[in-house]
Amino acid sequence: MTWPRPGYIVSTLHINPTDYCILIMAAASDVKVLGMWSCPYVNRAQLALCIKSIEYEFIEENTLKKSDMLLKHNPVHKKIPVLIHGDKSVCESCIIVEYIADAFDTGPRILPSDAYDRALARFWAAYIDDKWYPLVKVLRQSGDKEERKSLVQKLFEGLILLEEAFIGCSKGMAYFGGDSIGYLDIILGSCLACLRVTEKVVGVELMDPTKAPQLAK
Amino acid sequence: MADDLKLLRTWSSPYALRVVHALKIKGLEYETVLEDITRKSASLLEYNPLHKKVPVLLHNGRPVCESLVILEYIDDVYKQPPLLPQDPHEKAMARFWAQFGDDKVMPSTWRVFTSEGKDQEEAIGPLTENLKFLEEQLKGKSFFGGEAIGYVDLAFGWMGNLISILEEIIDLKLVDAEKFPLLSAWINKFSDDPVIKAFWPPRDKMVEKFKAMREHFLKQVP
Repeated sequence: MTWPRPGYIVSTLHINPTDYCILIMAAASDVKVLGMWSCPYVNRAQLALCIKSIEYEFIEENTLKKSDMLLKHNPVHKKIPVLIHGDKSVCESCIIVEYIADAFDTGPRILPSDAYDRALARFWAAYIDDKWYPLVKVLRQSGDKEERKSLVQKLFEGLILLEEAFIGCSKGMAYFGGDSIGYLDIILGSCLACLRVTEKVVGVELMDPTKAPQLAK
Repeated sequence: MADDLKLLRTWSSPYALRVVHALKIKGLEYETVLEDITRKSASLLEYNPLHKKVPVLLHNGRPVCESLVILEYIDDVYKQPPLLPQDPHEKAMARFWAQFGDDKVMPSTWRVFTSEGKDQEEAIGPLTENLKFLEEQLKGKSFFGGEAIGYVDLAFGWMGNLISILEEIIDLKLVDAEKFPLLSAWINKFSDDPVIKAFWPPRDKMVEKFKAMREHFLKQVP
């Protein structure tokens, strides 16, 4: 989903009988995001661009029939998201967020100003993407009761670790990034929609406030 | 007051070697703490409780874990000489290729090394495709980083000594100089660089270790 901006034409595009997305047509944007509205990794790029107040054109991809544009700009992985900035392309969601943080000096900082805090943010982002979040998809697709129980347990264990990380990174403030949304908020926050869907599918509150009260807030 | 740097590593970890090489390139003094991965020390478990792995860099007592995160941290704190490019897009590309190495090149190399017969033949295709991307990245350059060793070179540094060791054990060319002339030349140039060469672990010990690993994996195959 892209966010509406005052003063720009916003049109509603009916994608299929049950879904819709709002497409923002920027007047002369040299920033494009190739993605799918529902993909959390794509949402990361969009969140970062919004934080930096960067207008962009969103180009919806059909992952079952990949466009020439996608294959041209991500020949290695052939996956979304891809950020196109002028004649340059950037792939892989965490790398895209860091690129946006580096390339645009509008808006608040996305990465912490302290080098050690940046290292911690990158460490936890890698943990979320390599270890924790992949369990959510496996859980959602699993039909085996015992496997689901085991996966939920692992997710809770990870959640407790992320709660500790949050307490350390936020330093008593509302976000991982302190008083504003930062890198880790984007990385974990983009996963929340799919997390909520998975909660409904399996009937378990994964973002359990008794286990992770600060994160649940 | 001088910074206190300690590196927890094993004698052979290619991930730890990235950090060793980076610290040397930056001209930094540090203390090495050698770990036995079969009997992890209390320090390792304290400083990397999540993954319980090397390398761990301790900077004035504060731990940094995960080798690529450590490389970026060192580059952030100690600016010269730079490991990552300054230009945002070039930096993004460096991160991309380093991640490609860990996510694709290393696993596909490992699949060829830990298989035999038909399984091995099938594993060669994906490795070849991955190596083609690396070959392309070296066009017009001495190193992935340009004219000097940089972040991506360190990320792929494991190829500098390990490729020839694996090739010797399985008697199979993984990086054929005819098919991959630039990558082969890079492997030689990187591994012969005096800063890099000084820290290669003993070759005979590496051959022994990886032979045992291959045998172990081949026994697991049903």
